[in-house]
Amino acid sequence: MPEQKKTHRVLIGKPGLDGHDRGAKFIARALRDAGFEVVYTGIRRTPEEIAAAAIQEDVSAVGLSLLSGAHLSLFPAVVQALKNAGAGDIPVLGGGIIPDEDVALLKDAGIIEVYTPGTPVTQIIAAFRSACETQEAGRT
Amino acid sequence: MKSEDILKGLRDRDPRGIGRAISLVEENDPLADEILSSLDHSLIDQTTILGITGPPGAGKSTLTDRIITKYRSQGRRVGVIAVDPSSPISGGAILGDRVRMMGHALDQDVVVRSMATRGRLGGLCAAAGAAMRILAAGGCSIIIIETVGVGQSEMDIIRIADITALVLAPGLGDDIQAMKAGLLEVADILIVNKADCAGADTLAMDMESIARESGSKDKDKAKVCMTVASEGKGIDDLIAAIEAVDASHRESGERRTRRDRAYDLEVLDWALEMIKPSIIERINAWDHDRKGAPRRHAAKLLEQECLRISE
Amino acid sequence: MGKQPEYKDWEEKELAASLKRFPERKKKFTNHGGEEIPRLAVPDQIGDQYLEKIGFPGRYPYTRGVQPTMYRGRLWTMRQYAGFSTASESNRRYRYLLEQGTTGLSIAFDLPTQIGYDSDHPMAAGEVGKVGVAIDSLADMEILFDGIPLDKVSTSMTINAPAAILLAMYAAVGEKQGVAVGKLKGTIQNDILKEYVARGTYIFPPWPSLRLITDIFKWCTEQTPEFNTISISGYHIREAGSTAVQEVAFTLANGITYVQAALDAGLELDYFAPRLSFFFNASSDLLEEVSKFRAARRLWARIMRERFNAVKPESRMLRFHTQTAGYTLAAQQIDNNIVRVALQALSAVLGGTQSLHTNSRDEALSLPTEDSVRTALRTQQVIAHESGVTNSVDPLAGSYFIEELTDRIEVQASELIEKIETAGGVVAAIEDGFIQRQIENSAYEYQQEIEKGERIIVGVNEFQIAEQTKPPLLRVDPEVENAQVRGLKALREKRDNKKVAEALANLSRCARTSANLMPEILAAVKTYATLGEICQVLREVFGEYRG
Repeated sequence: MPEQKKTHRVLIGKPGLDGHDRGAKFIARALRDAGFEVVYTGIRRTPEEIAAAAIQEDVSAVGLSLLSGAHLSLFPAVVQALKNAGAGDIPVLGGGIIPDEDVALLKDAGIIEVYTPGTPVTQIIAAFRSACETQEAGRT
Repeated sequence: MKSEDILKGLRDRDPRGIGRAISLVEENDPLADEILSSLDHSLIDQTTILGITGPPGAGKSTLTDRIITKYRSQGRRVGVIAVDPSSPISGGAILGDRVRMMGHALDQDVVVRSMATRGRLGGLCAAAGAAMRILAAGGCSIIIIETVGVGQSEMDIIRIADITALVLAPGLGDDIQAMKAGLLEVADILIVNKADCAGADTLAMDMESIARESGSKDKDKAKVCMTVASEGKGIDDLIAAIEAVDASHRESGERRTRRDRAYDLEVLDWALEMIKPSIIERINAWDHDRKGAPRRHAAKLLEQECLRISE
Repeated sequence: MGKQPEYKDWEEKELAASLKRFPERKKKFTNHGGEEIPRLAVPDQIGDQYLEKIGFPGRYPYTRGVQPTMYRGRLWTMRQYAGFSTASESNRRYRYLLEQGTTGLSIAFDLPTQIGYDSDHPMAAGEVGKVGVAIDSLADMEILFDGIPLDKVSTSMTINAPAAILLAMYAAVGEKQGVAVGKLKGTIQNDILKEYVARGTYIFPPWPSLRLITDIFKWCTEQTPEFNTISISGYHIREAGSTAVQEVAFTLANGITYVQAALDAGLELDYFAPRLSFFFNASSDLLEEVSKFRAARRLWARIMRERFNAVKPESRMLRFHTQTAGYTLAAQQIDNNIVRVALQALSAVLGGTQSLHTNSRDEALSLPTEDSVRTALRTQQVIAHESGVTNSVDPLAGSYFIEELTDRIEVQASELIEKIETAGGVVAAIEDGFIQRQIENSAYEYQQEIEKGERIIVGVNEFQIAEQTKPPLLRVDPEVENAQVRGLKALREKRDNKKVAEALANLSRCARTSANLMPEILAAVKTYATLGEICQVLREVFGEYRG
């Protein structure tokens, strides 16, 4: 009989005004099916709202999805909002229609991983798991 | 993080401290004990706990959102525990109730915590009860527990509420039939949501007749409220009904009775939660032959466990 | 070719009338060899079943098309959706497209415009000019159509929640150009219901939104008889992950809801129904898509006749725009997308579309470059002029496979519509998430098939290569947002703010009554009240929808 494993809690959010949530919802479900508890914020959230929800829900990682092209301003804004709220230790992952040359810019701005269409979901799940483990190890 | 830090966070109403505290309890962390025993119990006694349940699609989250708005306008600090089922296969869960409450996301005095049922041995009363205690210690004077009204664990969880409201809506058909049996018995308030939709009047008449029969010597008759949560209609009347039920429960001593019962349920759940790891350990370690009645083995195992504890 | 009595009857009635009004593009349609290609192939024996299910083009139930001669008479409108950055930048792209032979404009607005925020609203930060053009006021709209005579083009606008405001701005621009409002041609999307389930650019709750829509129906029928007042869209439902059957069912269920809302508002059915139009997705399963278009046309005709008792033939015709499926575009080996788009476009043409947008090969990476847009347009032109599929009407009719699939889609879609109605209709089904859940489940299954390799996507999960070259991408300069905000600030200082305030107060009063909102919106727009200001007034009266 297996011991209960620690359940990772993550938040999937859509900052900005983009309503295309097919990708976000797919990732949310794939994470659930991989054993995560996934708090979903719905569409059209401000970076501050996402940060506040992440803190109240005590998640170990935040995933953002954006297809509108506003990622260069909105993803870093979520990282900043978390910092401002004293939760800079919660890692942020991002995905969406993001040109290659933006990926490096986003990583410089503190987004730990960036995924574009066609990435296998197993790779994304593994990244969330590792992000959660790192965050949780740093808690004590 | 140390328990003093977390307790200080609770007193300071720090959202991070509240969030961490609930997680530690949810995970059965060794710190949980310390935190829970050091909470300010006077605050817990002063809190009102409102349970909202109903079938999927009845509009619980939208209604909760409106109730939050109303209580916030009265200056009260509101806590919400939104419960969603865990997947029995993966153990994961999608916690989506927050979506409808995001309008309050930046309000420091609305604390929302989503909670999955997880594969618990006991009911959910232990975990939800602990979350409720933490939110109360974190300054919430009203705590709403929202849960889907299907299945046993959801039924149980509602028993830790002081007041229970059952939300129904026209057009949900069979779900309502299933609800009638169990939850109607414990509901203090029957809410007919989407009261502007076809079929609402029939549903309301049904509810009225059930409400008339629902009273007993131990329990007042249920009140029926009509709402259109998506438009904010009927919320004032609903809040008035909640207050009336609360006042009546306080006067009759029902509130105390329910709190005592809830306390006992929490104790039972905790006991089951606590015993689980060592039972699992014993099963794993025990070189038993898997013959005969499993029930006998279980009894033997418990006997050994009790011996260990008493030593 | 048989000349059965039914065929003759059609020739004498629908065909003759059509040929009189619109002669065919050529005197004779021939192959290489000079043989004449039949206008319409039919079976030797025309029985009741044929008449009931398939029939003749331009005749109920319109399975074979809404026009008797279809593309022999006139090709579909080649309409490329475009818009980005500022009004003047988009204006340049539109002029380029018109020069290249596009026959209708299709305006993409940025998200703040679509959600009723001015470019300086905090929620607009980072989004200005990104997925479309930023329009804050009539001043921007004037620049957008500078040098484009509105009596010569038909303009489609992808705008929903604030459709009334953009329509009013369009009419005001026309007026300044000296074009009578009655001469305006085009389409506003104006389909709010699918925003709640699939696209997300809602502002107000469902019921006030429906009122805005019926106000537009009424105003347009009186003022702009050539304008399509709505484009009931399955496109985004499919993009969100639905199946073909769900696309048809949810779209037509939304259509039913709009018709009912207009009837409830006291409008005469045959007065507004001819101006309803539809918008579908052309995805990759070629034969299923062809059948889907045919099934949708037949099902809508039956709904309009049997359920609503529509009398005018135009009220029963499902006319639609098509766009190829954005979700099928891959970011890997992007040239493969050209082939995908060609097949999808072909399905739309074989399915009888009235207008078509073909996606560009680079859209999985960013906004399309000018070169990519040209190739996309050329794809349509090749189908139109080289493929030969336009020479005969509904050339796949009578294929056992196509007809069986058409029947099946119609039956399944109509069962799903019934399910929604028993659950209390579309609005209730949206509020309790029924429609969203259905779409979500289909999307999840589809993606899982790709993840598991059960569904092969060329270049993505099979036939991959290591790609070295990066295609050139179009980027919107972040400076656009600042420039737009500066322009807006200058406008607020320059205009007559007293007039603006008056117009907004009038609008607010009107919104609290049941009077038609269009005249007040038009009056407000003309004072250069901004889109955000107008929407704010309506938000205060109607409230806001939360997803």
